[in-house]
Amino acid sequence: MRPQQEGIPTSAADVQIQRRHLLQAAAGSFTLVIGLDGNAQAAEPQKYGAASMPGGTVDNPLVFVSIAADGSVTIVAHRAEMGTGVRTSLPMVVADEMEARWDRVKIIQAPADEARFGNQNVDGSRSVRHFFHPMRRVGAAARQMLEAAAAARWGVTVADVQAVQHEVLHRPSGRRLGYGELAADAARQQVPGGGNLRLKTPAQWKYIGKGRIGGTDMDAIARGRATFGMDVRLPEMVYAVIARPPVVGGKLRHLDSSEALKVAGVVKIVEIPAFQGPPVFQPLGGVAVVARNTWAAMQGRAALKIEWDDGPNATYESAAFRQQQAAAVKGAGTVVRNEGDTLKALAEAPQGRHHSADYFVPHLAHATMEPPVATALVSDTGCEIWTSVQNPQAALQGAAAALGLKPDQVKVNVLLLGGGFGRKSKPDYVTEAALVAKAMPGTPVKLVWTRDDDIRHGYYHAVSLDHLEAAVKDDGLPLAWLHRTAAPTITSLFAPGAKAAAPFETGMSALNMPFAVANVRVERPEVAAHARIGWFRSVANIPHVFATQCFIDELAHRAKRDPLQFALALIGPPRKIDPTALSDQFNYSESPVEYPIDMGRMRAVVEAAARGARWGRRLPKGHGLGLAFAYSFVTYAATVVEVAVDAKGLVKVVAVDMALDCGPQVNPERIRAQMEGAAVMGLSLAFTGEISFEAGRVKQSNFHDYEVLRHAQSPRVIRTHLVGGDPSLPPGGVGEPPLPPVAPALVNAIFAATGERIRELPLRRL
Amino acid sequence: MTTLKINDQSRTTTSPDETPLLWVLRDELGMTGTKFGCGMALCGACTVHLDGMPMRSCVTPAAAVSGRSVYTIEHMENDRVGRVVQQAWVELNVAQCGYCQAGQIMAAVALLKSTPKPSERQIDEGMTGNICRCGTYPRIRAAVQLASRRLAGAKA
Repeated sequence: MRPQQEGIPTSAADVQIQRRHLLQAAAGSFTLVIGLDGNAQAAEPQKYGAASMPGGTVDNPLVFVSIAADGSVTIVAHRAEMGTGVRTSLPMVVADEMEARWDRVKIIQAPADEARFGNQNVDGSRSVRHFFHPMRRVGAAARQMLEAAAAARWGVTVADVQAVQHEVLHRPSGRRLGYGELAADAARQQVPGGGNLRLKTPAQWKYIGKGRIGGTDMDAIARGRATFGMDVRLPEMVYAVIARPPVVGGKLRHLDSSEALKVAGVVKIVEIPAFQGPPVFQPLGGVAVVARNTWAAMQGRAALKIEWDDGPNATYESAAFRQQQAAAVKGAGTVVRNEGDTLKALAEAPQGRHHSADYFVPHLAHATMEPPVATALVSDTGCEIWTSVQNPQAALQGAAAALGLKPDQVKVNVLLLGGGFGRKSKPDYVTEAALVAKAMPGTPVKLVWTRDDDIRHGYYHAVSLDHLEAAVKDDGLPLAWLHRTAAPTITSLFAPGAKAAAPFETGMSALNMPFAVANVRVERPEVAAHARIGWFRSVANIPHVFATQCFIDELAHRAKRDPLQFALALIGPPRKIDPTALSDQFNYSESPVEYPIDMGRMRAVVEAAARGARWGRRLPKGHGLGLAFAYSFVTYAATVVEVAVDAKGLVKVVAVDMALDCGPQVNPERIRAQMEGAAVMGLSLAFTGEISFEAGRVKQSNFHDYEVLRHAQSPRVIRTHLVGGDPSLPPGGVGEPPLPPVAPALVNAIFAATGERIRELPLRRL
Repeated sequence: MTTLKINDQSRTTTSPDETPLLWVLRDELGMTGTKFGCGMALCGACTVHLDGMPMRSCVTPAAAVSGRSVYTIEHMENDRVGRVVQQAWVELNVAQCGYCQAGQIMAAVALLKSTPKPSERQIDEGMTGNICRCGTYPRIRAAVQLASRRLAGAKA
């Protein structure tokens, strides 16, 4: 079978490049047609990884590096910083390969321009995965150009010169020239490429893999001087907030803004039209209140008198929807993977050899600490935007379409993001700012979302119900495995009424179940979307890993086997599995040849997490250890959680052991930071995360009813274990992979401590 | 017109009396180090010091602090404890996105001024009003402890 790819459509632009997706920007709005028959277009050469992304990669040093006469080196960070450390890690790769002294490096942030810089969408755990090697080439080429310039200056052979820490040395004579002295000549050298490029060997790296370099923005952050999107200030700037329809798809029926206009500081009311077609990244519509400051805008909004026409999604009720999902997983759904005869094996399983369970994960909101915010200035010639956005190019395209401008008339400046987690790759808020600014040409408008706006009007992680069913052998290992997963699909953002989970959703730890089971059947029964469904850090891995890893733990206990030993038996011997042999054509857009599922690496992370937690030791009364593991974003992760459960059933997380094998470890210090953060976010969604709907409206509104983990609830011990690290492997993701195993490890630990099986999140038992 | 004393300087605001201090700082005075996170005193991103005590500027009317001494994150490098705390934050690479960290640092400085050697539980209590969605709590805890040791004269 020839692999076909389905990448995650993390932007309209991404969707555009997927062969079976056709995107049209028309009439100021995006429309998307998804051909579902699978043979809509003739085959073209399959592209994987970075090559499959809009803009691909660019490795021209003249784009990314400039050197001043004083020797200071400026490196362009072309991908936005949302907390992963990418503004440090990728420039560090360039600096290492070019032998630049880190204390002489300045980092500047690129505006949106994928044609110039390559793909800029920080989503899908792709930054280091896709740009480690291109940035190495950038740095190496710059180094060689400096060496060539020095050799020419001295009239010596280039073989006798060597760049060392901001100088080029002529070895035979000991002469030296600083990078500043060579800068102008170096820029005129031919850019080496192909076989002429000399990359360092890993042993020669000074920064890569060392973890000695602090974060680029740490000092500014600690001093309160870092500029986030929320912090942009421009002369004569005004501030806006929007009253949005409380139900997705709702429209303004009647507006009385007379009281709002009386609020001191309010200067203008601007209607934002309801979106047409599928939501994509279009504004929800509503009424913007523009004022001299944010507070006045908020007071003005509170004084608006609005009647909404809620539209059809007003019927959305979370409790009723869960019943629909439960019914959906009781019946058969479209079969997306089928090996052996699972239904027969399940039907024929003898007493005690059959087990089934359903697992529920609710909607989640990203709740970035910086709510969405964008500042826009519309002039005669175009529009300039300053914002914190994961996908600057999609922001640019959205604003251009909404304003009826050509893309080259829009500039998007990228500021620091106060958190992203997937929310800020959906730039509806940038288009909102552009539309309000259009109503006030010449005046910059900062469009601010309040926390209430953020919680009530987000793109939500899909509410998911997963049915697992197994027939087991004498040893308790599965003979047959049935997984039915029912969740509203992200593709409903792009195609009205879409109900079928996409390959990039089922392909996240449901379809690609990698264990050796004779009979496997994966189905995707359909349910409708009644809210904006969007990707949230690690996406469909959250429910799928929760369900499958809890289920495996249940099978272990039913077989009266130690869950660790059971997991290792299930993982089996080290071997590499072609994901397409699991009916998975997605594999996070990576080549199945370059990125097979490596069960040896899976085993190693499980063993590392277990060793870190000293699995098997005698535990205090009320304590339990739980294990979970996953392959996601072409990286291997395992978690062991230790809990202490008191007599009232309240749960304290004593310690968390996080193990990760992401291939090359470019910035180990930030990898550990991502793992620590994933432990906290995973516990957060397990304990308290829930968005629910009544009459189509989100019930929660702020951190009192959409609770996230706080200091006092956070485990005091989070140990991180970096596994593997082979620099010759293709790089894996880091930001998302540590997250999915955390919630199931917690629930499995609670079972170990108490014998109580939890199959539904959140726990609310802190 | 209200006169405020912010970071030892006299500042005036023309905003209506009920305007929260946060928005006077950010929008009117251009001091954007203090962050907007929730507007309901739930997350701590807007923490400033009022007469030495941590306070949520998002729910405190500017007029209510007239004549009292307000310090913000922008002042912390001029504060003995503030400097040590900021240095600990940088050394331990605490921040991920960094948006909440100004508030975290303000809470930590207030904690260490009132409780120079906080116990684990006292760190919990002093810091739990400040949310970090990136999950930097373990490093925040370590940075508070490092700053505490430094302030006590230890070299660590």
